Order: sequence, then C-alpha cells, then structure tokens
Amino acid sequence: MTQIMTLVEHRQDSIRDISFETLTMGRKLARQNNGKLTAILLGHETASAAESLKSWADRVLVANHETFKNFNAETYQIALSALLKQEKPRLLIIGHSLCGADLAPALATELSIPFSTDCLSAEIAGDALKIVRQIYDGKLNARLTIRNAATHMITLRSGSCPAEAADLIGTIEKFEPVIASPEYRRFIEYIEAAVGDVDITRADVLVGIGRGIKEQANIAMIDDFAKAINGVLACTRPVVDAGWLPKDRQIGSSGKTVKPKLYIALGISGAFQHTAGMKGADTIIAVNKDPNAPIFNEADYGIVDDLFKIVPVLRNKIGELKK
Amino acid sequence: MDIIACLKRVPLTAEAEVKVDATGKGIIKDRLTFDMNESDTYALEQAILTKEKSGGTLTVVSVGYPEAEETLRIALAKGADNAIRVKAEDFDNLDGYMTAQLINLALKDKKYDLVLTGCMATDDYNSQVGIILAELLGITHASFVTKIEIDEGRAQAYRELEGGLLEHLDIQLPALFTIQTGINEPRYASLIAIRKAAKKEITVLGKNELPIDPLANVILDELYPPPVGKRAEIIVGAPDESAGKLAHVLKEKGLV
Repeated sequence: MTQIMTLVEHRQDSIRDISFETLTMGRKLARQNNGKLTAILLGHETASAAESLKSWADRVLVANHETFKNFNAETYQIALSALLKQEKPRLLIIGHSLCGADLAPALATELSIPFSTDCLSAEIAGDALKIVRQIYDGKLNARLTIRNAATHMITLRSGSCPAEAADLIGTIEKFEPVIASPEYRRFIEYIEAAVGDVDITRADVLVGIGRGIKEQANIAMIDDFAKAINGVLACTRPVVDAGWLPKDRQIGSSGKTVKPKLYIALGISGAFQHTAGMKGADTIIAVNKDPNAPIFNEADYGIVDDLFKIVPVLRNKIGELKK
Repeated sequence: MDIIACLKRVPLTAEAEVKVDATGKGIIKDRLTFDMNESDTYALEQAILTKEKSGGTLTVVSVGYPEAEETLRIALAKGADNAIRVKAEDFDNLDGYMTAQLINLALKDKKYDLVLTGCMATDDYNSQVGIILAELLGITHASFVTKIEIDEGRAQAYRELEGGLLEHLDIQLPALFTIQTGINEPRYASLIAIRKAAKKEITVLGKNELPIDPLANVILDELYPPPVGKRAEIIVGAPDESAGKLAHVLKEKGLV
C-alpha cells in the first residue's frame, strides 16, 4: 500500500490554508497510486482540529502535547523523524511556508530522504519522483527527477495545488510522539506586525512599485500619481529592504495580502512572493520593460515599457478623461 | 566569535530576460550580469557587524566556478579575514544537497560559533543549503531571520513569518542562521579595500582536498518557460498611445 503523508500546519490555534493544499495534492497522488492519505497533526488540544481534518484524509495521525502548541523545527524534527522511521511513507508533503521550509531540509537530511523544496507539482514515477519547480526569479520552470528512494519529501508552493474539499471519513489515530524539550531552540513568542498610518488592505486602488523604481528619489512622482487617482502607494519587498517605504506598505507573502478593485504594478517583475499577496485584486495592470516578466501572467492589462515614460502620460490622460 | 558566511555568485535575473540555451538545461548567460546573491550580501553584512562587535574571525566560503573568487574578494574587501572557494568545476550536477555536503567537508577543521547564509539563492530558489548544512554540522538553525541579538553564547533570533508576523526564538550557539533581506544595510567596499583584497590569498579546494563523491538529490531534466496562464492583454504603441488606451480602459471600467 502506497502511503502518502502530509504535515498539517497550524498557527495561533488555527489550521493554515496551505495544509488543505498539501492535503489536496496528497489525496490526488494517493488516488493515482492506489494508496492512502495520512494527515499528520502535531498540536496541543487537537480534538477539534483532528475532527475537521477527517473529511480530508483517510487517516489523521495525531500527537497531542503542549510542546507542539507552536511550531518549532527542533521538536517537530525529533517527533517526525521517529514517526517517519516507523511509517515509511512513499512521500511526505510539507507546505513551503516559512515554517515548512525551515523544517523540511533538516528533517530529510537527517533521514537521508531525497527531497526538493518549493515544488509546483509532483508525480510518482516508480522509485523516483518527478517534480516541477521555478527558478531564476520565477522566469523559468525546471523539470527535475528526485533520485530513487523508498521515501521522498517535498515542500509545496502555496497556490500551486488549490484546496479542493473532499468527503472522506478518515479515522483518527493517536500516537505517542518522541517528545524532546527544546534544548537548542526555544520558542519565545509571536510578535504582531506593527500597524502603520496607512492600511493598504483597505484601499480600493493600490499603486505598487518594485525594483524598477531604481531610486528613492523616484518614489515621490509615483506617490503623486497614486494620490491623483485616489490610490495608495504600496510596494514589493526590495523597496522595504532598501528602507524606502515602511514595512506596512509591503504586499506579498511576508507582507500584506490585498484585494483592491484596481492594482497597478509598476516595475514589478512578479515574483511569487509578491503575487501571492495581490492575486485577489479585481483588475491588475502591469507596466514592465521585460515582456517575459511573470507579472504579465497575473495582470489583466499590460504595457511593455519603461514605467517612467508611461506614468506621466497615464496621469495626464486620466486627468483629461476626468474633465 | 568565529563566524563563517556562505556566499554564492548568481546571475541577476530579477529584471533581465532569461532564456533557455540549446542544451535545454542551462540559460544563455552572455547578456546577464553576475553578482553576490542578494540575501547573501545581507548575511555577509550581518557577519561583519557581529565580528566588529565581538571580535574573532570571519571566513567566507563559496562553492563556485573560478569567477566566484570575484565575489569572495568583495567579501574580503568588506572585512572577511579568509576565503575558501570549493571548485564547482570538480563536481557534476551540483544541487543544494551536494553543495551543503561540500561546504560541510570544507569546514571540517574550522572553529565557528556562528554560520550565516542567505535565506534563498535567486537562481535556484531552493532555500536548502543553509539548513542542510546545519544538519550536517550537527548544529541548530533558524531560517529567514530578520533580526539577531547575540549575548553570552545564545542568540535571540527573529524569523519573519507570513503576514509579517515575527517569531522570536532563543537559540544556543553554535548555530546557523539563514538571513532574510532587509536585516541590515549592506556596505559597499571601498576602492582601496578592493585593491588590497585583490592580493589576498583564496584557499581553493577541489576533488583532491575534499575526497567525497557527494550524492545529489535531484537531476535536472529540462528547463522551459513557465506556461502562460491568464496572459495580460498587452496594450501596444508608443507611450502616448499605450498609456492613452490604458486610461480609457480604466475609465470605462469605472476605476478612475
């Protein structure tokens, strides 16, 4: 029997969306290979979470202990490595979240399990695993083969296998995990992101800038444009890293998730980390010099040109139309 | 405090066109510029700041082709004491796992309290080498770190999670941290320092010095442009024309 396993990720007492994506992928792979899907839940006071997972998996394997209340790569690795040695699944799928990505490489390496990270898809091919992932800032896809092994591990990029609910009636099994009090790595606390003067998640119109802005001095012109169309200025991570705009203006996986009516992306290539936070916008406009920039796969309308040539004209033309 | 920083030389692709070459497994490189991987520049800066505060040595390591020595020399110019290049040309089909195994072996007799790497290389998007290396070295790790405070053999490390939530960890050294961009302001090397660094010796380790046959986890089958999804309607014309058309579209949709 081919056993596919997924690790359920939770934070601050709720199951994270990525968990339902890994479960969906796991279910599809289990069905394709006449196998069963097991969801692994390491948590504390897990009863209702386990119950809610029953329809998503053939089996929900639960360890209930206070040490698992918050994610910790050290305690998780100790418990999971012992479990994997017993269970010997064909494949373990972990979300490529900031917690999954922290855990998987160390866990796989400890057990000599061949693995890959940030995968978009996976297919079991005999003793190998065929995967697709993105490289070079998302500008190319790579098809790769993970070497033959009894067990493989991947981390799955969020959004690449959208969650599809199922109506399984999984069994809930408890297991006694190997518990180690964290010796080297202790979780202290979560610190919520600071709230700034502007809440970009509430804006109907957002104008986003990325690396293409080139210099801090260029930001004022775009800010004026944003204001002229009753919009709010937002940005990608590199703009925050450079210290040009505060963190609360950042759209993306480690910033804010926004759903404005209009999003205008200027000089933004469209790396996954950014688009993850803006896909939900009603209308997306992109201006970028690179015709192959991934942003044009997300946008409704695009102009392949220099943003500094387009913005002044666009501002004037909109102004004329408003008269 | 003895510190190791791992650096990678990568093509800068964020704003460049990237095309697959004739082999189907590589990219056309002649129009690309190469530099230190972005998050590695932050890891290097963090290493230099830590060294400036607590003394000790900083060794920089790169698995790469001879050109990677340029990247290592920049690190020497900025303040690293020693540099090691592991010869990529001696090992085929390098993936994250192999790279980590090679660095692990290159560090075999080295003393360190802190190992820093970037959180992700922009060429392979793996986010693997640092964490695998920590496991091979047998030390603890934390990844995607945006703040570190070190005091008496322990580090307060802050990881940035989804939505900007920070996770505060208390970590015993020696430890490995993969560093997220934005943690500090990477310095530039002065011209004088770059000239001086040009004369420094770089330790080069190849097959003879690193007698292993490292195992790869993955083999690349093929590179291809991502499938076009909901492709944008591209508005063509000179700026006057294209921006004008776009203004009309926005007006018609009632968005401006």
